Amino acid sequence: MAEPIAPGVVIDGFHVAERLYAGAQSEIFRVTEPVREFPTIMKVPRIGALEPSENLISFETEAIILPALSGPHVPRFVAAGDLAKAPYLVTERVEGESLENALKRGPLPPAEVVRIGAAIADAVHDVHLQDVIHLDLKPDNIILKPDGTVVLIDFGLAHHERYPDLLAEEKRFAAGSAPYVSPEQVLGTRSDSRSDIFALGVVLYEMASGCLPFGIPRTMAGLRDRLWLDPVPPRVRAPEMPRWLQEIILRCLEPAADDRYQSAAHVAFDLRSPEQVSLTGRGHKSRQAGLLGQTARWWRARRVQLQVNAKPRSITPNAPVIMVAVDTTHPDDPRQPALQRATARVLSLSPEFRLICVSVIRGGPGAESSEDGTSSAHLDHRVLLQHWVEPLRLPARRMSLHVIESPRPEGALLEFARRNNVDLILIGAPSPEQHALAWWRSVASGVTAGAHCSVYAVRIPEPGLRSP
Amino acid sequence: MSIALLSDVHGNIEALNACLKHAAESGAERYAFLGDLVGYGADPEEVVATVARWTERGAVSVKGNHDEAIEKRAGYMNDATKESIEWTRRTLPAEGRAYLSSLPFVIRDGAMCFVHASAALPARWDYVDTPAVAQRSVEAARTTYTFSGHVHDQVLYFEGAQGKWSAFNPTPGSPVPVRGHRRWLALVGSVGQPRDGHPAAAYTLFDPARERITFYRLAYDHAAAARKIRSAGLPEAHAYRVEKGV
Repeated sequence: MAEPIAPGVVIDGFHVAERLYAGAQSEIFRVTEPVREFPTIMKVPRIGALEPSENLISFETEAIILPALSGPHVPRFVAAGDLAKAPYLVTERVEGESLENALKRGPLPPAEVVRIGAAIADAVHDVHLQDVIHLDLKPDNIILKPDGTVVLIDFGLAHHERYPDLLAEEKRFAAGSAPYVSPEQVLGTRSDSRSDIFALGVVLYEMASGCLPFGIPRTMAGLRDRLWLDPVPPRVRAPEMPRWLQEIILRCLEPAADDRYQSAAHVAFDLRSPEQVSLTGRGHKSRQAGLLGQTARWWRARRVQLQVNAKPRSITPNAPVIMVAVDTTHPDDPRQPALQRATARVLSLSPEFRLICVSVIRGGPGAESSEDGTSSAHLDHRVLLQHWVEPLRLPARRMSLHVIESPRPEGALLEFARRNNVDLILIGAPSPEQHALAWWRSVASGVTAGAHCSVYAVRIPEPGLRSP
Repeated sequence: MSIALLSDVHGNIEALNACLKHAAESGAERYAFLGDLVGYGADPEEVVATVARWTERGAVSVKGNHDEAIEKRAGYMNDATKESIEWTRRTLPAEGRAYLSSLPFVIRDGAMCFVHASAALPARWDYVDTPAVAQRSVEAARTTYTFSGHVHDQVLYFEGAQGKWSAFNPTPGSPVPVRGHRRWLALVGSVGQPRDGHPAAAYTLFDPARERITFYRLAYDHAAAARKIRSAGLPEAHAYRVEKGV
């Protein structure tokens, strides 16, 4: 290897300035030139006779995966050096504070846990949609940006569904950071996106209580307890935490991946819609399982070990968030049954769906605020919405109801869809003959034109428009 | 500058033309044919003539076991395969037969090695079907990249942590980074007779400058190719394979 990378060195045109960070596996330097529209840093792995070779493999993994990622939740990739000669990685320097740093000031109040937790879940979901699993989610790797969004850093242990996994055979290294790894990672699985949801649960638990649910295991045997150990319910440690938040956290921490949330988008949604979270035993739990309960969990863990690695599963979860926009102002419109049928058909395609039913009512600029949800129009429409969804006979935990009052309904619907990571919007589209529904027709066309996701516009064929 | 890697054409001119067209449109500037131009399919003459033209223009071309069987009887082949080899020997003009027998087993070019089967004893036609066999082939090749066919699937073997070899199943059309400080063996798939249940033709494009490889599957008129096998009176099993991709 040529000259070591240090302040003052120029390599491949990058001017290396002061060292910003020195860790066990890498060092980070500020890059002064070339100047870009965003500040840049250079990450350099520690290599040499005394450094473990895994550093380089994980460095290479990041150098391969980061260029494949884009969007607001990952640092922008600039360049990677030749791994054989001068390994380095130049990326955007993300402005913000690490969650690790923020937590040094102590646990966060529930409202903050929810706000930051939902932002982390958004970021995790975005990465999953790009076929990547982070696998080392922890406060160190979560940067809180001043605008309230989150950027995930350090993809050195990540897995890309369409790339060879250089770390697949590296058992010692397969697990991420001991306090955060999922049970299946402990067993060597690196291809389950729900591992990130488990780690997210640990992070939520830590943010809310200041404690780690499984401590800091030092040995492999200690790590294997992850397969069955029942954590102390977080409300025991943070009594001010609402039950619904404990419900969300403990659902993320289920040892069997099938029992967890199947999509980070669903976690984000529940954190933002607490009134819609249906409580199970998890939310009400007030103590850790006793000896008998823990033994039962240990016994069940044997099943998990058998199931793990059973069959590969796509990273992009088949757990869509589906939003149906219902015109509750015209409950008797003939489009309603057609929209119900279309919704039922779409939901039948994936068992792990999440349905968001939304009614938008036109509220003028002076209309009552919809935030408290108590205006009488608001309540009326909620009842109508409930009535609309009733025939679909959905379990409460699969759906939620929302009434939005806005002078700009299509804008409100689109914003709501974006904020909740909606995958598909269903909306009734009135025919040109339905003069009374001209308003909703313009809402439907505005939603179709401006949506960030797919839109299913449901029409009923007009007799006159059918082909002869 | 990309290199199109095409193997196991097996006398299927419809599939070969579809792959060559796609490669040209995708910016391929070099071509490598990894053996088994003939056998099974009904158009050996046109396939060999096409590849011979590409070879004159600088394409790489190595010998496969079916190509060898035209000049030298292959006792290990089953009856249906032998039937198609004998038919090919009768059908192929002397010029085509001479081209096939002139082909080398292995060609090395810089960081790349091209071979039909394993680079360790290439004339033994071993199937590279496990990471251990892939590793032996790569060690014999002594190059960063080894490209092979023979096994009709698309697989990327790679050297992981601590020198341990693994197999990776690529997603068609999705580029895979293959950094040059590590060693790789790509099975490029079969142009003319895929066997994974999909009749779509398979070939691969390697971009040495950007160090990435993309495995492709292309729809083509496989029904026409199957029809020709039947009307030539060749074994029904070979028509069925092309039709169903099995």
